[in-house]
Amino acid sequence: MNKRLNKQPSTAGLRLGGDTLEVAAMTALLIGSIGLFSLLAPGFLTATNFGSMSMQLPELGLLSLAMLLPIISGGLNLSVTFTANIAGLMTAWLVQGLLAGMGILSVPMAIIAGLAVGAAAGFLIGVIVAYVGAHPILVSLGAMIFLQGVGEFLTRGGGMSGMPEVFQTIGSGSFLGIPIPMLIFLAAAAGLIYIMHFTRTGFSIYMLGSNPRATEYSGINVKRVLITVYTISGILAGLAGMVMLARFNSVRVGHGESYLLITVLACFLAGANPFGGFGRVLPLVLGLMSLQVIASGMNLMGASQHLATAVWGAFLIIVMALRMPFIKQS
Amino acid sequence: MGDIAIRARHVSKIFGQSRVLDDVEFELRRGEVLCLAGENGCGKSTLIKIINGVYTPEEGVELSFGDETLSAISPIEARNRGIHVIWQDLALFPHLTVAENIVFDDYVAKPWRPISYKDALTQSREIIQQFGLDLDPMARVEDLSIAHRQLVAICRVLRAGASIIFMDEPTASLTYKEVQTLLGITRSLAAKGISIVLVSHRLVEVLEVCQRVTVLRNGKLVGTYPTEGMTQARLSTLMTGLELEFTPRAETHKGAPVLELKNLSREGEFENVSFTLHRGEILGLTGLLGAGRTEIAHTIFGMTQPTSGQLLKEGQPLTLNSNRDAVHHRIAYLSEDRLNLGLVQNQSINMNTAVTVLPRLEKPRFFLSPQRIKALTVHWIEQLKTKVSDAELAVSSLSGGNQQRIALAKWLATEPEVLILDCPTIGVDVGAKAGIFDIIRNLADQGMAIILISDEAGEIWMNADRALVLRDGRIYSEVIPAETTEEALEAIINA
Repeated sequence: MNKRLNKQPSTAGLRLGGDTLEVAAMTALLIGSIGLFSLLAPGFLTATNFGSMSMQLPELGLLSLAMLLPIISGGLNLSVTFTANIAGLMTAWLVQGLLAGMGILSVPMAIIAGLAVGAAAGFLIGVIVAYVGAHPILVSLGAMIFLQGVGEFLTRGGGMSGMPEVFQTIGSGSFLGIPIPMLIFLAAAAGLIYIMHFTRTGFSIYMLGSNPRATEYSGINVKRVLITVYTISGILAGLAGMVMLARFNSVRVGHGESYLLITVLACFLAGANPFGGFGRVLPLVLGLMSLQVIASGMNLMGASQHLATAVWGAFLIIVMALRMPFIKQS
Repeated sequence: MGDIAIRARHVSKIFGQSRVLDDVEFELRRGEVLCLAGENGCGKSTLIKIINGVYTPEEGVELSFGDETLSAISPIEARNRGIHVIWQDLALFPHLTVAENIVFDDYVAKPWRPISYKDALTQSREIIQQFGLDLDPMARVEDLSIAHRQLVAICRVLRAGASIIFMDEPTASLTYKEVQTLLGITRSLAAKGISIVLVSHRLVEVLEVCQRVTVLRNGKLVGTYPTEGMTQARLSTLMTGLELEFTPRAETHKGAPVLELKNLSREGEFENVSFTLHRGEILGLTGLLGAGRTEIAHTIFGMTQPTSGQLLKEGQPLTLNSNRDAVHHRIAYLSEDRLNLGLVQNQSINMNTAVTVLPRLEKPRFFLSPQRIKALTVHWIEQLKTKVSDAELAVSSLSGGNQQRIALAKWLATEPEVLILDCPTIGVDVGAKAGIFDIIRNLADQGMAIILISDEAGEIWMNADRALVLRDGRIYSEVIPAETTEEALEAIINA
């Protein structure tokens, strides 16, 4: 990043113009991985494969977006996967029970209620982080175990399935050739980019992530910003819950649990600072796409899914190692 | 005296494209206290690092140590010749005891020998007694004050056989009394034949204790002068190359009252503080560290709430529940701790400038325009003549003086009527200080009411129309700088 010292003041967007390096790196990664598997994996460059990739990506994608915001604010939200489950449970329960007689109108209402549950879970974490001052890792770890326990208690370890047909339409339908879950993910990412770069909430989250005390001394309501961070995180996790519910036509507590640490990995892969203050949505989206390309490509080559996970881990280490010289210079 | 301890000639050092030191000559006598003065970046540290062997100088250098002349020196040779440097961070081991820190060099020199705590104790006691210091060898370093840690660092180099000690900004974070003690110790070390080089920003002290002062500017030697007959003003001029004025503000500029404190108290911090601040006035708030200066500022800025008494703005009682209320009422506060509280160091200059006025910039609601943020920064960078190459860079990339201008800009952007400046020139070069004083005076001339907090008598004397001296959380006396001398003000502060 040393080169930036000699750079002319950029005329593009504020922070959008700043970290071009991360975007360039992630784009190179994406193009590189697509190129590699086009050569190696038979059937990679087919519409079917791209369709199935964009079907699988949104769950992990939405959960990663839910993880990114707390990381930028200098924290972590370990409860994203179980928040998604609980939100899904709420929706499923309403659709099959309370709102069952209301016909088509029940679906949007149940979805809104599910997202509200996600928001509430995030809001509570935010309130505790802001007012008690406990470390977000501890608070969200507690919330994660709590939500897991509540969910397992309510479902007695089983699941709920058999959603109305609308959910299948959402889960496997497509619009203009793009699967609906992918559209939901892209819309969420676009919304998040807007919040982070064009609202004072986003501005405050970056400042707070670097130095909460100096931000408070500047007259920013740090507590309110923290609560907003975790509430948005909860809503995004809830959205992930909706997508999972629609895609599998069922909900089970523990579904997507293995995604948790991968969301953290994706955020760091995309250049988010583990100590807060830095991290952007666009590189994260590109990074997630690369991870999906690797997984699908290896799958087509007949490798086990577990091997793909191992490759992801190795990937993070390599990218970190390549990035270190730049971090040290700046 | 008179005997030469070190003479370095034709010292040059080039880093990349820039010539950090250019044919500098440096001479230190035995048993002398010498001051090495100059602004940040003038090459002081580089010179020290060449003499103690860390950096290799360019060709042509002559280093003579009385008997022998070398063209280069390694760190180990430097140590063997008794050259030691005490850096500002002291490099002590906080979890170890004083004794262990003092004898630590033995552990390094003879790593195979088992450690004897008894020997460590006796040997460090010897050193402490020999120089008549007030130190408990059993204490842990982390429990000591900065002043005492400094003594530990001194003992450590003495024990290692130091005959030439460089001290980098030793007085930077000490109180007045501690500074006096330290300077006393410096004198007694010199009396025992040890040569000492003090690197310091505080000119008053320098003139008091040193026999000679060597001034560097932009990597070149300005000269070496006896301190006898040297004034602070002349030394500043030598360091900066600028003629700086050292006079109090010409006349008092009182406008209408803006802010009034009526018997304001906050338990455990300050008691019955009353004063009225007028438009166009610079009110000095001074006193020793811990006298309650910053605490009063925090309460006026709404960060803490008073336990009794009243705060009035333009005659109206003011209740501030947070600093956001204070900003709303046009009160701004520049923190003394620029590193941790004043600025978000890792974030950009743009963001640091705009952070205080986000509601105003976010128009329409939910649209914070990057263009408007940049325009704001450009405006203030020009207004305050800040040297910024790219406002998207982290604020930490700026020098102390320019950082302080950004910290000022972010508060001036809120268009305050009352501006509280808590030690606005901390860690700022002499030259840049004058620039900041100019800004402050101009703001007051335009009608802003300013509270200037500082523990440097000179700063208050030069800028304030009126100075309140605090002691133990109470106003102890009121001084009009124009009617007194800087020395008299200094005496009142330290009385």
